[in-house]
Amino acid sequence: MKRIISVLVENKFGVLARVSEIFSSRGFNIESLSVGETLDSKLSRITIVVEGDNVVFEEIKKQLNKLINVIKVRDFTGVDHVEREMVLIKVNLSRKTRAELMEIVNIFRAKIVDVGKDAMTVEITGRDNKIQAFIELVKPFGIVEIVRTGKIAISRNKKKEENNG
Amino acid sequence: MNKEKMIDKKKLSGAEILIKALKGKDIKVIFGYPGGAVIDIFNLLYDTDIDFYLTRHEQGAVHAADGYARASGKPGVCIATSGPGATNLVTGIATAYMDSIPIVAITGQVPTSLIGNDAFQEVDTTGITRAITKHNYLVKDIDEFAQIIEEAFYIATTGRPGPVLIDIPKDIQQGKTSKIESGPINIPGYKPTLVGNMKQIKKAAEFIEKAKKPVIYAGGGIITSGASELLIKFAEKINTPVTTTLLGLGGFPGTHELFLGMLGMHGTQYANYAIMESDLIIAIGARFDDRVTGKISEFAPHAKIIHIDIDPASVGKNVRVDIPIVGDAKLVLKDLLKVVKPKKNEDWLKVVNAWKEKYPLRYEKKPNVVSPQYVVECIRDITKGNAIIATEVGQNQMWVAQYYKFDKPRTLLTSGGLGTMGYGFPAAIGAKIARPELPVFDIAGDGSIQMNIQELATAVTKNIGVKIVILNNGYLGMVRQWQELFYNKRYAATCLKTGALNPNKCKKVEMPLEYSPDFVKLAEAYGATGIRIYKNEEVKGAIKKALEIEGPVIIDCIIDSEENVFPMVPAGASLRQMIGGMA
Ligand SMILES: Cc1ncc(C[n+]2csc(CCOP(=O)(O)OP(=O)(O)O)c2C)c(N)n1
Repeated sequence: MKRIISVLVENKFGVLARVSEIFSSRGFNIESLSVGETLDSKLSRITIVVEGDNVVFEEIKKQLNKLINVIKVRDFTGVDHVEREMVLIKVNLSRKTRAELMEIVNIFRAKIVDVGKDAMTVEITGRDNKIQAFIELVKPFGIVEIVRTGKIAISRNKKKEENNG
Repeated sequence: MNKEKMIDKKKLSGAEILIKALKGKDIKVIFGYPGGAVIDIFNLLYDTDIDFYLTRHEQGAVHAADGYARASGKPGVCIATSGPGATNLVTGIATAYMDSIPIVAITGQVPTSLIGNDAFQEVDTTGITRAITKHNYLVKDIDEFAQIIEEAFYIATTGRPGPVLIDIPKDIQQGKTSKIESGPINIPGYKPTLVGNMKQIKKAAEFIEKAKKPVIYAGGGIITSGASELLIKFAEKINTPVTTTLLGLGGFPGTHELFLGMLGMHGTQYANYAIMESDLIIAIGARFDDRVTGKISEFAPHAKIIHIDIDPASVGKNVRVDIPIVGDAKLVLKDLLKVVKPKKNEDWLKVVNAWKEKYPLRYEKKPNVVSPQYVVECIRDITKGNAIIATEVGQNQMWVAQYYKFDKPRTLLTSGGLGTMGYGFPAAIGAKIARPELPVFDIAGDGSIQMNIQELATAVTKNIGVKIVILNNGYLGMVRQWQELFYNKRYAATCLKTGALNPNKCKKVEMPLEYSPDFVKLAEAYGATGIRIYKNEEVKGAIKKALEIEGPVIIDCIIDSEENVFPMVPAGASLRQMIGGMA
């Protein structure tokens, strides 16, 4: 089962290594991980997507909480939340395919961020299934390169987390 | 004096801040080994009244700091240089981490400008020790240094204690700042829960009231939190038998009639039977280690479990727990004592006492060798238990656990979690420094003692009167025991005697030159005293004689090469399947 977990940490050197080590030392493969500062520049939020069994996952949450620089661990499993990922995709371009590609981009409300002679780069943001569908559709044109941010998530609940930043 | 100089006066170097902070924390003893990356710190230590102990290996320093901490309850401090000095601390830091011992390890580091350059004697010390410290710091800004030291001691000694490392680049040691004081501690992610949830505690009291076959299972947490006396009160109030882990020994009096001895792989038969029969386990400051539970799916099949521990990550980690209580053992016991009703458990105690009588720990006294169990008993008799016993790892450790009835906390120093050979001797040195009034023994195997034997120089030069008792079987005994029982007596790489390549030769005991090294001569080479004994009749005399000698003494006891530790639950088997028990 895929899980998204959000870890609020002190913005200090070495924290990311500590957090990711909790996963790696238990044989968990991190599918994606994204980090950024919060409103409070002393704090950062790490969003991690992993796949794995329940028992180990519970253990991982406890171990994360044990880290001195970890302030709060939130598990979005079963929690009403919004999740997004941004992807940059560079696709092959030719006169013949241009129109068709533009149409796909429009339908998906993606954005063309760069166009060259024989390739263009598209930015798309959204949930997993949207991104996956887009990728499938442009694959036949030939994907040159793809870069993903990894998922970020936020709960729909209005209540602010303590130490939210 | 011009103005600039006056301002300068209020500034301190990083090294000065460190010394000032250590003095402020009342640190009286430091163990360590110098080097280029810490020379500034040593240069200042030279002028202080802090007792500095130069060990002969950094591993000795960190184990000594650990032994000092275990014996005194205060944090142990050790210091090493960058690179090889820091890596030599690793085993000792891991040892302290596994057993939750408060240590502050200080390491030097190459100047910040060189970090990451593969500079001379550079290693990524914080990276290497990340998984074996409770927390660690690389000081990058001298203005933060005073605060970091304060935090390091706070983290090491509070909550579930553990080692904390501070890595200090050379330019930070030499640089100057006016920020020389620490402020209040505020670590948003670190707020240990000390007081247990009262609702849970009341529920626990109800479970205890209903239980027909309760057992208390206590661990090192009892000793760490200073809860021994409350544990006695608690056990007596509810008349419940008590078993402990290896690290819990001394947390409950070994001579108490409710005591069952240690449980687990080399625990007593009656402790293991009691656990397997019980309908309620009250676990306090223990973590259900696999050496204790045996096959986990068959552990205590009829029991509900109350688990009291300060570390939320330990609660329910290995077994399903019915009532988890996160908190300090002492505070939780205090609250629990208020709500729990007195209880008799007569029928259950009758059953348990019958087991105790039927399956006591027993050994045979053989002629012409020394019985290791008897040595342990004699040390206990002669010192009346008023001593500190460190052990190495292996059979020696288990014989101590089985036969030395520890009555008081902080009198057993042993590497429980990591099982570090070479731990005992330096730890004993640390303990003797912490508690000079008590006799301190390291009960050792002939294998383990060689791992840090160089510390004899430390003991001799500083006249630290530690008594090393080597239970000399000429083997890496515990491994040989496994080979005997589970590997068809193929003694691969466990014979320590001369001619070791020929296993047949190893079987035949010819004294004493078959043994390598000659520990008596070795003691003498270092300027210590060596005594060798071959028979049980010589044991008492040797111990008494060693105690009369002021300095360090080695007693080399020639024991039966193939003596085993029994009873034993094979690894991965259920606690009921004990071999070598005298049923
Ligand atoms: C540093 C280290 N290396 C290896 C081991 C594995 N080991 C556990 S017990 C043991 C044998 C110990 O032999 P000895 O010190 O002679 O003690 P005895 O069992 O004979 O009492 C070994 C090698 C260990 N625990 N620690």
